[in-house]
Amino acid sequence: MSHSKTVANLKPGESGKICCFKDDKLALKFLDMGCLPGTEVKMKFSAPLGDPICISVDGYRLLLRVAEASTISLVE
Amino acid sequence: MADKTINVALLGNPNSGKTSLFNQLTGLNQKVGNFPGVTVDKKTGTAFLANGQKINILDLPGTYSLYAKSKDEQVVTDILTETEGKDYPDILIVTIDASNLRRNLLLLSQAIELGLPTILALNMVDLADRLGKGVTVSTLEEEYQIPVVPINARIGEGIEEIKNAIGSNIDLRERPFLDLTELVGPEISKKIHQPGQSPYLNLHQLLSTNEIDEEKAQSIQTKDTTLRYGKINRIVGKVEQPKEQKGIKVYTDKIDKVLTHKFWGYFIFISILFIIFQAIFSLASWPMDLIDKYVSGFSMWLGSTLPAGVLTDLLKDGIVPGVGGVLIFIPQIAILFAFIALLEESGYMSRVVFLMDKIMRKVGLNGKSVVPLISGVACAIPAIMATRNIENWKERLITIFVTPLISCSARLPVYSILIALVIPEETVLGFLNIQGLVLLGLYLLGFIAALLTAWLLKIVIKTKERSFLIMELPTYKRPRWKNVGLVIIEKVRTFTFEAGKIIVAISIVLWVLASYGPAKEMNAAEENVKASFTDTSYTQEEYNIKVAAYKLEHSYAAILGKSIEPIIKPLGFDWKIGIALVTSFAAREVFVGTMATLYSVQSGSDEITSLKSKMKNEVNPQTGKLVFSLPVGLSLMIFYAFAMQCMSTLAIVYRETKGWKWPILQTIYMSALAYVMAYIVFTLFN
Repeated sequence: MSHSKTVANLKPGESGKICCFKDDKLALKFLDMGCLPGTEVKMKFSAPLGDPICISVDGYRLLLRVAEASTISLVE
Repeated sequence: MADKTINVALLGNPNSGKTSLFNQLTGLNQKVGNFPGVTVDKKTGTAFLANGQKINILDLPGTYSLYAKSKDEQVVTDILTETEGKDYPDILIVTIDASNLRRNLLLLSQAIELGLPTILALNMVDLADRLGKGVTVSTLEEEYQIPVVPINARIGEGIEEIKNAIGSNIDLRERPFLDLTELVGPEISKKIHQPGQSPYLNLHQLLSTNEIDEEKAQSIQTKDTTLRYGKINRIVGKVEQPKEQKGIKVYTDKIDKVLTHKFWGYFIFISILFIIFQAIFSLASWPMDLIDKYVSGFSMWLGSTLPAGVLTDLLKDGIVPGVGGVLIFIPQIAILFAFIALLEESGYMSRVVFLMDKIMRKVGLNGKSVVPLISGVACAIPAIMATRNIENWKERLITIFVTPLISCSARLPVYSILIALVIPEETVLGFLNIQGLVLLGLYLLGFIAALLTAWLLKIVIKTKERSFLIMELPTYKRPRWKNVGLVIIEKVRTFTFEAGKIIVAISIVLWVLASYGPAKEMNAAEENVKASFTDTSYTQEEYNIKVAAYKLEHSYAAILGKSIEPIIKPLGFDWKIGIALVTSFAAREVFVGTMATLYSVQSGSDEITSLKSKMKNEVNPQTGKLVFSLPVGLSLMIFYAFAMQCMSTLAIVYRETKGWKWPILQTIYMSALAYVMAYIVFTLFN
């Protein structure tokens, strides 16, 4: 489970489909923000120092830290 | 109905145009207060409907869900679920960004179940059109069974229609969106299905009582949100009509390529900071000089017009300069907030967070701490006010705590005179001016102290609130000048009336300390000064200055200065410096003025030069050495770099942290730091 691919593993331009969340508390926040299981996310770009990152989800841009991105597992 | 004010609350996602709608509805008729117990801005305003009916409007903090994730969001949930609370509205307006329908509809689907008459303000329809997502208003109205008003909050379209909707009798039916029994199970379902109140409202009230354990509550939240999205997906499918896209996204992407670039991103950010810094320094200096001139002119006019006496003195030397001390900060506050509002409005501020978050997080700060810290170079007061947009309480507190360590412009006159006094005007390596290097060193020292302190606090302060950064990166927008103007007015007003009263009160206390002393000495002042002149060839002005110096030397401030002499002696300071330390508490630059009075310097264009020569020749009667030697000068500079000697800063920290705990801790910490560092420097160089 812990080796599954997460949003943090996406390279700029790559997309993936959300499968589930590893952190229950953050999951609630992500759900509020429209990141639902089955939703497609696209990695747009990362900050010059590699963290945080900008993803595109549900038609808007979402900014989050790598630590938080790594709690969103993607469908293999 | 017509004679009762209607209370309206505005609810919506961040960036949904809620604040723009609020500004359009209320204009200048708004004020900012605080929700009790929390440092969340409470923006309220008034407006009138076409029929003359008055409405009160409350702008709730932006939120994505009624299940609060932060203190700001908790305020929203509390207001909308405490039906007996004084902020409980009669009507709810939910603003929605039509270009981002799905996520915005989540909050609406929760809000309509609270049993409040609800209006949907559908914003940014034009943007949704350009993105190829046409929104059918009638379908939306049918699905949610509430009035839907398309608006363009930025340019003020649809505002009258919103007012008309408020004025019309809004249908108040039960509008169940979800099957709550399916959500919470039969046991809780029985509890929340009570006559008289909507079951969803009951559920929220039940969750706030902690009667349901945390795990169960979390699973209800997750399930609730997921089920709602399921239904919303079906609605969005019906409401959105695909249209031809006009490529607006590409434009934001292109700007982002430059503004978040690993070289250009930082280059542009530093340039913007440089411009802000320059503007605060140079643009503000003209109005500040003007305020200074008119305040002292007014105070002199009072002195010559009113009959001489204690009340006149209090007015012209205590109250008027105190009020002047408040007014003097207004230009800097206005300029800084003009820039901050522009950065926020355009969407650039989120990019600052993006660029700086990783660096700032290392020392316990937030990407948004950068602007306050840099503004601190001009003045800590607007800088501390600018920390409001840092959502995380711990990160915000740390930023407030360390900002006064940054060398502000009030320290500059103190640094200037001390450097001129003890640092030789020589160059090293042929071109580096030593005086300039020392000045640069003092500024760097402030920055280093701020970062190290932040790092220390990061370890010391414990918080349950978890630091996370999950935020929307809005598209770039052209700023609306009306919104920028309203921000400036609001910040200036807040400072003048909230911090201002504390500043005026403390200046009066300081005035009493510096102008009164034991009656015996005070009464003898004129005689003793007369006796001190060996011949009679002195001018009236020389005489007045001597009397002023004599009185200050025997005032309560001087007694205080003398009583702290044993404490400040290890730093190389004598009691005269002690007096300056006491009076400097009004503002650091008062050091120069106090020194000028103590050394009986005539005020005028050559004040600094003559003060410099007098201070240079001052000999300590006990040791026979010069008072302002290199070690004393350096020690004093270090002391001013670190010490909290600014009542205005204390007043604003008190306001922003809602109590005396943090300003007091800050004063103790900064004084201790100043003392220890000054002691080390004095000992090293002595």
